[in-house]
Amino acid sequence: MSSLSRDDVANLARLARIEMTDQELENLTTEFGVILNAVARVQEVATTDVAATSHPLALTNIFRTDVVIPSLTPEEALSGAPASEDQRFRVPQILGEEA
Amino acid sequence: MIKNSAAEMAQSLASGTITSVALTQAHLDRIAEVDGKVHAFLHVDTQGALKQAADVDAARARGEKLGPLAGVPLALKDVLVQKDVPTTCGSKILEGWRPPYDSTVVSKLKGAGVVILGKTNMDEFAMGSSTENSAYGPTHNPWDLTRIPGGSGGGSSAALAAFEAPLAIGTDTGGSIRQPAAVTGTVGVKPTYGGVSRYGLVAFSSSLDQAGPCARTVLDTALLHEVIAGHDPKDSTSINAPVPQVVAAAKSGDVKGMKIGVVKELNGDGYQAGVRQRFEESLELLAQAGAEIVEVSAPNFEYALAAYYLIAPSECSSNLARFDAMRYGLRVGDTDGASAESVMNMTREVGFGREVKRRILLGTYALSSGYYDAYYGSAQKVRTLITQDFNNAFAKCDVMVSPTCPTTAFKIGEKANDPLAMYLNDIATIPVNMAGIGGMSLPCGVASEDGLPVGFQIMSPVMQDQRMYSVGAALEAALLSKWGAPLLSQAPSLGGAA
Repeated sequence: MSSLSRDDVANLARLARIEMTDQELENLTTEFGVILNAVARVQEVATTDVAATSHPLALTNIFRTDVVIPSLTPEEALSGAPASEDQRFRVPQILGEEA
Repeated sequence: MIKNSAAEMAQSLASGTITSVALTQAHLDRIAEVDGKVHAFLHVDTQGALKQAADVDAARARGEKLGPLAGVPLALKDVLVQKDVPTTCGSKILEGWRPPYDSTVVSKLKGAGVVILGKTNMDEFAMGSSTENSAYGPTHNPWDLTRIPGGSGGGSSAALAAFEAPLAIGTDTGGSIRQPAAVTGTVGVKPTYGGVSRYGLVAFSSSLDQAGPCARTVLDTALLHEVIAGHDPKDSTSINAPVPQVVAAAKSGDVKGMKIGVVKELNGDGYQAGVRQRFEESLELLAQAGAEIVEVSAPNFEYALAAYYLIAPSECSSNLARFDAMRYGLRVGDTDGASAESVMNMTREVGFGREVKRRILLGTYALSSGYYDAYYGSAQKVRTLITQDFNNAFAKCDVMVSPTCPTTAFKIGEKANDPLAMYLNDIATIPVNMAGIGGMSLPCGVASEDGLPVGFQIMSPVMQDQRMYSVGAALEAALLSKWGAPLLSQAPSLGGAA
């Protein structure tokens, strides 16, 4: 379980939306073998009787009254956009070509 | 003047012996003189800082009531957004981005009249222990320019040690305030999780990230702590309770009758001899100051590092999904007919560095179906065990202590190709983040074998941050009377007028 093949790493890169070179995939496959062996140690003490902690605080939903408060103008919100059009973010094609 | 403490500078400003504009200019001059060697800053906001300083001087001239640090300059880690000032997080993916809003930390600094000199270098998205993972090149340790200044907040710690700023802001996810403080002979505090707002702090690992104050003295750190701390409705994980009285604690430095718990597991094998020697001496000084030294055990701390390198990458793989080339930051490969997915893939390949990619993929794996329970789920259970260890130990003592780091500053490049060796730097600092408690590092001398600074770590229970300031101030006072001058007076001058 603590080792990954090059194909496994390539699949993770695809899931994480990172195009990777062959060299990067080779390096990561080697490094993951070492890192996963080290981190798998958590399984030694993580027995079924131990509860999981996801966060240091006991989180509860925070609500506020639904009132209008000052916010960014459209120009400010779009100020860092790689491309924009008609007060909207312009993005590359999301769906495949129409048949 | 630039070698004074922030408290002394504030006093000179209040008494009118210096203006904020002059003080700010003196620091800008120092930056111009030495930052070519140190590379603490990614961006120096000369105009903005001088304007802010002039505003404080004008307000003072009008007789307005000003905060205790009004007019004193500060270096800001480049992971906190400041309106219209470039914020990169040490990454190419955010190169040139100017945020349209202020983080709460920045709003509070501006409100208190603290002058922001510029943005400091850091490991990309705060992932690292050496600042070598910055896409803009490493920062150099002012004690020895061939060595690392710690990380991820190496720019902030180096700026303090090089007298480029008397105050700095850092963020600490696994030690990124405390470890840089330790290896540069400066002071850094990770407040209780939720003690300082995360609004406008670019997220790496949301359940661990915490912004905090950095300075050259315990009192300066406390003064800055009170400026930035407090409840913020814009951060749903911000604690709605009074800020611990850290300035009062730093001023009194009273440890009489306090029980100081030495963590058995954070000492011994793997800790450099000179680090252990300075640590043991510090315990003696605290005992002489009236504290009772006891030993406490935290048997699950040995699993903290493994759990951290599952939890932090898991949260980062989710948090960094926002860098998708659509709304801000870099966009690569947006040619006619290119799909959004291919643009994302190419942008993230070009925009992220090696360590960030490594962690995103590790987190993607730890969270993936079939492996979730074995990795992320198990790590969360270890988090419970570590919190229990702290609770058990704090039943027997008021604060816990350890060396901040196993070693002094290592050479730039020495561990760059060995991720596991690099991760070991944080072995003593990570448990604090896992439990969400407070942690401080302050200098306790130089190691005899290499003459480099050693950090002393103090840990205090949730929202009892004042305790670590009491202990820190007591130790600092005892060490100062032993040395006769602050530790940083032993650091090389780096040239320049100071």
